[in-house]
Amino acid sequence: MANVLQTSFLPSTSSLRRTPISGSKGKSPVLQVKAKIREIFMPALSSTMTEGKIVSWMKSEGDKLSKGESVVVVESDKADMDVESFHEGFLAAIMVEEGGVAPVGSAIALLAETEDEIAEAKAKSQSSSSSSSSSSQKAVEEQPKQIEEAAPDVPAASSVAAAPPVSAPKTVALGSAVHPASEGGKRIVASPYAKKLAKELKVDLWTVVGTGPMGRIVAKDVEAAAVAGAVDASPGKPAPVAPGIELGTVVPFTTMQGAVSRNMVESLSVPTFRVGYTITTNALDALYKKIKSKGVTMTALLAKATALALAQHPVVNSCCRDGNSFTYNSSINVAVAVAIDGGLITPVLQDADKVDIYTLSRKWKELVDKARAKQLQPHEYNTGTFTLSNLGMFGVDRFDAILPPGTGAIMAVGASQPTVVASKDGRIGMKNQMQVNVTADHRVIYGADLAAFLQTLAKIVEDPKDLTF
Amino acid sequence: MHSICSQATAVPRSNFAFDSHAPALPISKPINLRFCGLRKEAFGFSGLTHSCSSRVRFTSRGHSKRISASAENNGTPPKSFDYDLIIIGAGVGGHGAALHAVEKGLKTAIIEGDVVGGTCVNRGCVPSKALLAVSGKMRELQSEHHMKALGLQVSAAGYDRQGVADHANNLASKIRSNLTNSMKALGVDILTGFGTVVGPQKVKYGKVGFPDNIVTAKDIIIATGSVPFVPKGIEVDGKTVITSDHALKLESVPDWIAIVGSGYIGLEFSDVYTALGSEVTFIEALDQLMPGFDPEIGKLAQRVLINPRKIDYHTGVFATKITPAKDGKPVTIELIDAKTKEPKDTLEVDAALIATGRAPFTNGLGLENINVETQRGFVPVDERMQVIDANGNLVPHLYCIGDANGKMMLAHAASAQGISVVEQVTGRDHVLNHLSIPAACFTHPEISMVGLTEPQAREKAEKEGFEVSVAKTSFKANTKALAENEGEGLAKLIYRPDNGEILGVHIFGLHAADLIHEASNAIALGTRIQDIKFAVHAHPTLSEVLDELFKSAKVKATASSHVPVSEPVAV
Repeated sequence: MANVLQTSFLPSTSSLRRTPISGSKGKSPVLQVKAKIREIFMPALSSTMTEGKIVSWMKSEGDKLSKGESVVVVESDKADMDVESFHEGFLAAIMVEEGGVAPVGSAIALLAETEDEIAEAKAKSQSSSSSSSSSSQKAVEEQPKQIEEAAPDVPAASSVAAAPPVSAPKTVALGSAVHPASEGGKRIVASPYAKKLAKELKVDLWTVVGTGPMGRIVAKDVEAAAVAGAVDASPGKPAPVAPGIELGTVVPFTTMQGAVSRNMVESLSVPTFRVGYTITTNALDALYKKIKSKGVTMTALLAKATALALAQHPVVNSCCRDGNSFTYNSSINVAVAVAIDGGLITPVLQDADKVDIYTLSRKWKELVDKARAKQLQPHEYNTGTFTLSNLGMFGVDRFDAILPPGTGAIMAVGASQPTVVASKDGRIGMKNQMQVNVTADHRVIYGADLAAFLQTLAKIVEDPKDLTF
Repeated sequence: MHSICSQATAVPRSNFAFDSHAPALPISKPINLRFCGLRKEAFGFSGLTHSCSSRVRFTSRGHSKRISASAENNGTPPKSFDYDLIIIGAGVGGHGAALHAVEKGLKTAIIEGDVVGGTCVNRGCVPSKALLAVSGKMRELQSEHHMKALGLQVSAAGYDRQGVADHANNLASKIRSNLTNSMKALGVDILTGFGTVVGPQKVKYGKVGFPDNIVTAKDIIIATGSVPFVPKGIEVDGKTVITSDHALKLESVPDWIAIVGSGYIGLEFSDVYTALGSEVTFIEALDQLMPGFDPEIGKLAQRVLINPRKIDYHTGVFATKITPAKDGKPVTIELIDAKTKEPKDTLEVDAALIATGRAPFTNGLGLENINVETQRGFVPVDERMQVIDANGNLVPHLYCIGDANGKMMLAHAASAQGISVVEQVTGRDHVLNHLSIPAACFTHPEISMVGLTEPQAREKAEKEGFEVSVAKTSFKANTKALAENEGEGLAKLIYRPDNGEILGVHIFGLHAADLIHEASNAIALGTRIQDIKFAVHAHPTLSEVLDELFKSAKVKATASSHVPVSEPVAV
């Protein structure tokens, strides 16, 4: 939402003077006196009102308004109220359509003093309304689940900082958009709710691949596309990647940053706790060396080991969505965080407990390639039931991860390092050890659950013969 | 829904103290799904087996003579009758008429070819109310925001489709047996079979394969009701392309269902389906959804019942062809522009519900035997429900009520018409004021109305030269509504400021269907605003919405009190 507020008060033209929000509180009709083109703001109709919904515009663009005439009906938390114009003029541009929601104090329309200025006002509204549109708030709510934690590639993230705000995920090249129900791409078959969401999230349905019955686009496809779009859109532009960051500037969030922010805040509503464990990896390292030539990757090995451990501890693979009940997920889908330009995405290794390690490794390679090419299908990145995040390659020895909303646990994996250890027979020796740290939702997963899970995991990693069955 | 029996018997007789006043009917039946006495298929059989032959026989006889002229032309004017009154069709209309006839001391028989209760009880208002009761509760439980505001915590609400379907079915059986018992207890003869008029004051009935019985009666009421109307080009398979008859059985809850028609039936089903998790696409031939409602109410209803739900719509289009799902293909719907007739779109959905209204069920009634021609299937009647023949003459002793005459296709209107006819035949002239008959749509929240819409009232005012005013109150200002956390709603009063006459009342909000009766009774009794505004309402109740509505009306001080406003209007 930040950019909504930002933009409406952005002094985009010299004729517009900034006025503090507090100035708009109080009596309902609020018009800012500013040169000849005035903004009509969402009024505060009650002391508790923070946003208002446009019930209907009583005037259309181009209509003449006289002082005291009702322009718009606004629904607040208390009542529907007519909002009157304080000034005479012409309703030049409606910036928030009927049904749209706008925060108190944000511009909802422009009022021109003379007919000649309508065009000018319209142009003005276009420059600012794209990001302040009513639906952007909803859009943020529906934002991605998989962009959950601080990306490992901090430099890349900051490189987008100076980029202009990306108003909406537009083009999402998710493979071919042709599905059986579309008569070879001639038309779109999307469910009513999918269409509604697409409008709200500004997703072009032509770019969405449907996964519903007969290839129909359903709501979750649109949500997934919005996520992919957010990931795609932020850094995707040919590179306004400013080499230098202008210090002292305030930069609105990009869609993706907004989404991350939202998810991070949402994660605060989940009571999480962390349990760490040190695992000796000598046996795993040996195994890896042995089968590396067959295309097996460390990530696949770790995912496999995790999945086998999860199979023995289904509660760690469960999730709690409504705070009242929880779901034992039927498959073990291990999502693994991957840094991509300007963010991260979590490709999913489905049924990692069942698929053999060679297939799993091939699958992983394929997913990573697709992720870099931004061609992941929604089900390939939003079906994870447990997440792995590995910063070991950067030499990080321990960290903790924030739990992605909608899942039960995430495991942060540090680097495996040679460590001096005392063995049981009283000798001192060198062993490769890595620290793992699991963050879990304590509503459903308790300390003993994680402890047992980690013990199982350690056993599997320390005696990895089951990984290559 | 004990209301059918109890209310039908409890129609306030005191209203009849003034002959000119219509009875106020407090039966709050929905108007979407109506009564029909006999089923189409069943009737088709009877036509094949016997009415053809009888038709031939009677046409030859009736050829030279005008039936309507007098009964003696027919050669068989029964001197004494088997019954005083025979009613063909035991739906809500026939039931209401039968009960009133018994009270008036008439020897009464009712002929039913299918099940007692007709459409309303078996395939209409009654089972649909069961489904809507479920959808209302689901909505409430699923609305986290709503629950939270009340301080309630509910774990994930779910439902068992078969359990819901059983509830609807059990309710229908229960009401059906109540209805049957109430008639039996009063001594109404229930004759089983398909009734056909074979001549003046003479009806035959019988089951397929059994000999017909002929019975005579001094007066006959046709109350055969209606069946779902399915436009041409639509293939109903009962599984994926269905009518309300099938939908009420709730054999499946499709992911995506198209509802053709956005009237009462369609709107109520959209409420049920979306509450149970379906997504809905409306297909409406007119340019606006919910035609027939007061435009302001319609707009508000759309804002609350359509826009925020998982519903989209196509308006101004006809569904020319609907093919059921088969061989792994979805239901396909071809749409053309209602005006240009150009192909517009093709939809592929999981199911389609045809809710394009209802067609009178009058085929095979033997009306040709007495020279009556139906109009689009409807039996033409005068304002006293007496049947009019092809030459424009009244057919003596023959009446038609309910959906079969098409005046107002509502269960409670049929019953009111039946009672009116019984009043006629027992020697008291009576004309029903159709403008006092309320209607309701049982969505969440409900919509109800009585009398004229604002455009209708303004048109009438223009013609007759009077002034029209409108008063409105919001549910947001009502304590009880706020206590329920259901402040969304509006009540609207259309009235004459010069004399305080109520022209129409429209309500959208919590329990609107129950609230409308204060207004409909006032219209029926001719009560004026300046009088009713002094009536006291318990506090805090939803009825105060209407109290406030009447109080906010501005009637000119010169308007006098306690004089009936105008003669009842027959439609």
